[in-house]
Amino acid sequence: MKAWFKSGAPWVWLNGGAVALCMIMVVGLLGLIAVRGFGHFWPADILKTTVVNESGGSEAVLGELVRKEVISAEVARTNGYAVNGDVKLVTRYLIKEGNRDLGADFSWYLDVGMGEWSYPENAMMIERREWGNFYGFPVALNEQGEQVTRVGKAGFWEELHQRVERSVELHHRINHMEEVEIGGVNHELERLRLDERRLELEGVSGQELAEAQARIAEKREMLNAQYVEIKQERDALYRQLERDSLDVVTVDGVERTIGMDNIVRVTRPNQLGLLGKFGHYLERFWEFLTDEPREANTEGGIFPAIFGTVTMVLVMSIMVTPLGVLAAIYLREYAHQGTFLKLIRISVYNLAGVPSIVYGVFGLGFFVYFLGGNIDELFFPASLPAPTFGTPGLFWASLTLALLTLPVVIVSTEEGLARIPSTIRQGSLALGATKSETLWKVVVPLATPGMMTGLILAIARAAGEVAPLMLVGVVKLAPSLPVDGNYPYLHLDQKIMHLGFHIYDVGFQSPNVEAARPLVYATALTLVMLIIVLNLAAIKIRNSLREKYRSASD
Amino acid sequence: MLEETTKRNHETAPASSADAAVAAAPRPQTQGNPMAMEDESIKLEINNLNLFYGKDQALKNINLKIPEKKVTAFIGPSGCGKSTLLRCFNRMNDLVDSCRIEGKLLMDGNNIYDKKVDVAELRRQVGMVFQKPNPFPKSIYENVAYGLRLQGVKSRRVLDEVVEKSLRGAALWEEVKDRLHDNAFGLSGGQQQRLVIARAIAIEPEVILLDEPASALDPISTLKIEELIYELKNHYTIVIVTHNMQQAARVSDYTAFMYMGDLVEFGDTDSLFTNPTNKQTEDYITGRYG
Repeated sequence: MKAWFKSGAPWVWLNGGAVALCMIMVVGLLGLIAVRGFGHFWPADILKTTVVNESGGSEAVLGELVRKEVISAEVARTNGYAVNGDVKLVTRYLIKEGNRDLGADFSWYLDVGMGEWSYPENAMMIERREWGNFYGFPVALNEQGEQVTRVGKAGFWEELHQRVERSVELHHRINHMEEVEIGGVNHELERLRLDERRLELEGVSGQELAEAQARIAEKREMLNAQYVEIKQERDALYRQLERDSLDVVTVDGVERTIGMDNIVRVTRPNQLGLLGKFGHYLERFWEFLTDEPREANTEGGIFPAIFGTVTMVLVMSIMVTPLGVLAAIYLREYAHQGTFLKLIRISVYNLAGVPSIVYGVFGLGFFVYFLGGNIDELFFPASLPAPTFGTPGLFWASLTLALLTLPVVIVSTEEGLARIPSTIRQGSLALGATKSETLWKVVVPLATPGMMTGLILAIARAAGEVAPLMLVGVVKLAPSLPVDGNYPYLHLDQKIMHLGFHIYDVGFQSPNVEAARPLVYATALTLVMLIIVLNLAAIKIRNSLREKYRSASD
Repeated sequence: MLEETTKRNHETAPASSADAAVAAAPRPQTQGNPMAMEDESIKLEINNLNLFYGKDQALKNINLKIPEKKVTAFIGPSGCGKSTLLRCFNRMNDLVDSCRIEGKLLMDGNNIYDKKVDVAELRRQVGMVFQKPNPFPKSIYENVAYGLRLQGVKSRRVLDEVVEKSLRGAALWEEVKDRLHDNAFGLSGGQQQRLVIARAIAIEPEVILLDEPASALDPISTLKIEELIYELKNHYTIVIVTHNMQQAARVSDYTAFMYMGDLVEFGDTDSLFTNPTNKQTEDYITGRYG
C-alpha cells in the first residue's frame, strides 16, 4: 500500500478522475442541449387514439406524443382519475393536440382506458401564424368561397401545397414591402419632421423659413404619394392572399375554415418516409434560424435574436479591442513600474470579478441616462422629448459589455507583451529605431496572438451575458433589426433582441410552458453554437498569427 | 597583481582632461605591442569610464582605444563586464534604469554620451549583433529593409539593391535569394545570425558590435560567421565579445582581457596570446582559471 502511494499512482488516478468528471459534465450538458434542441425540429408522427375522460365518456385524441412518464396511481387518483385499486403505477402521456383556438394544446392522458393507437395517413399538422399548430383532417379547398377540390379527389394535396406556397410567397412580399419600402418612407417622413422641428428650435424665420417649409412640404407631399401607392399595392396583395381557404375538421368532428393567409406549412408526417422527414427537418431548422418569432416568441424563428447578439458582440469587440490594447501597452511599456502601477493593475484585475448586474446598473445610470441624456440634448434636440440615445439601446449594451470585458483584454495583452523576448526589442533599438517605432513595428505585431486570446475570452463572455443587458438595451421583441437600408444603416440607438435574454424570456416569461420548452433548448443550442463559431473564427485568426510569429516566442 | 593594474589605471588616467588622455598615447594598458597601435587611426576611444548598476560598479576606470577597420576582441570570464562595455558603444545600457555612467566615450573625437547626441542616430552608426539570433517576425527581405524603412526609404529599387548588397555582404544571398519573402523564422540559427548581420550592415554603420555572435551556433555556422567577420573588417570597425579564446585568436587583430570590471591587458592579438605581460592574462588564456 505504501509502495502504491509512493509510486504516484493515486495522484494519477485523482487527476485523471477530475478530468473525467469535467468531461462527463461538459459532454452531458452539451449532449442534453443538442439532443433536445435538434430533436425539436423532427416531424413527429401524429397519433390518434381514444381516452376515457373524467365523466367516463370516450374522447378522441389526435396529436404528437411529447413524452411519457410513470406516476404512482395514488397521485392519479387524487387528481380525479378513476384508477383501479390494485394498480400501483400508471403511465401517462403528454400529447400535443394543438388547436389552441379550440382550447386544447398540451394534455396529459393516462394509459388506463386508452384505446388503440393509430397513425392515420391523412392526419395533418398545419403550422399557423396565429393560434399555433392545428391537428386534424382536411375537407376541402376553397377559392373566393367556392370549392375548388375536395379531399380524396386526385391532385388534392398537390393543389393544396401549391396554394400554400403561393400564399407564403405573397406573405413574404407583403412583409418586405412593409418593412423595407413603407419603413423607408416612414424613416424619410420622420427625418422631415425632425428637420422642421430643428428649424423651429433654431429660430429661423421670414423668407428662409418659408422656403425651407415649402421644400419640406413638397417632399412630404411626394413621400405621402409614394406611401399611398405602396399601400395600394400592398392592399392588392392582401386581397390576393385572402383568396384561398381550407376547410378542415378536427378529430372530434368540429369543422373549421382556415384562411390560407394564416398557414405557414401543411405536413402529413404519417405518410412521410425517413428522407421526407429529414427534408422537413432541415426546412424547419432553417426556418427557425432565419425567421422572425411569432406568437409571443413561442413559435417561429429566432433570427432577430441571433442578429442582435452578433451585432452587439461585434460592436463590443470594435470598442473593447483598441481601448484594452492601448491601455495594456501603456501599462506594460510606458508606465513607471511602481506602487501606483501595482494599484492600478490590481484594480483592473478586480474589475473582472465585479458581478455583471452591477455593470448593468452602472450602464443604465451613467451611460444611458447621463451620457445618453446629454448626447440627446446636444445632438438630437429636435426629437426631444422622445429620447434617441437617452434610452437603452444597442450602443449602450455594447459599451457596457466592453467595460465588462475590458480587464480580460488588458490582462491578455499585457501577458502577450511580456512574453516577447527583450532581444527582439533590442534588435530593433540597435538599428536606430525609437521606442515607439520598435513598439509599433515589432512588439505589437508579435503581441497580436495575445490580444486575440483576450478578444476570444471577451467574446465568449459577452455573447453569453444576460443580466446587465436587460437594463441597457435588450428587449423581448424588437420591432426591427439594428441594421437596415435606411441611413445611417447601423442604428446604434435601437433596441435589440439577444439569444441569452430570449432563452430567459421564452423559458420563464412565456404563457405556454410546454410549447416553449423545446424552443429553450433549441435557442440554447443556437447560442452555444454561435459562441463556438465566433470563438473558432477568433482562434483561427490567432493560430494563423501564431504560426506567422512562431519561433519568436519560443 | 590585479590591484596593481587597477591602481596604475587610476593613476595614469587624468579624470579631468579628455584631450590630455587622447594625446597621451600609448596608453599604459597597450602593453602587448605598443608600436602596432601607433600606425592605426583610432575610431573609438574610452576615457576613464566608470559604470554603475545602482551601487555596484560594473566597469572600473576603463581606458581603451579601438582602431578603425580592425577587429577588436573582448575576452574574459563571465561577469567581467565585457558585454557591458560593448553596450556602452551604442548606449544600449541606457535601457537599464539603474545604470549610471561616468567618463567619456569618444567616437571620431565626439563624446557619444553628450546630451546633444541623438541616440537613434548613434545606433545607426554603431550597429549591433546579439548573442541569440533575433530576426523580426517579418520576411527575410523586410528584416534587411527594416533599418532603411525607419529612415524613410521607400523606393523599391533602392531597397532591392540594398537588400541584395547586404545579404551578399553577409554571405547569405545565395542561400535565400529564392525565398526573400518567406518568414525569417524559417531560416536555421546560423542563417538567422547572418541575416541579423545583413540587417545591421544594411544601414551602413561605421562600427559593428558583436556580442558573442557565435555562441548559440553549431561549429559550421560558427566558422561561417568567423569568415564573415574577416570579410567585414575591410569596411567596418568591429568589436567582438567572445567567450571562446580560440575564436578571439582567430578573428581579431587586437584583444582586450577584462576581469572583474577592470581592463587588465590590451594589445595586438598575437602578442597578447603568445606573450602576455600580465600574470592574470596568462592564467586565463592558458586555462588556469575563468
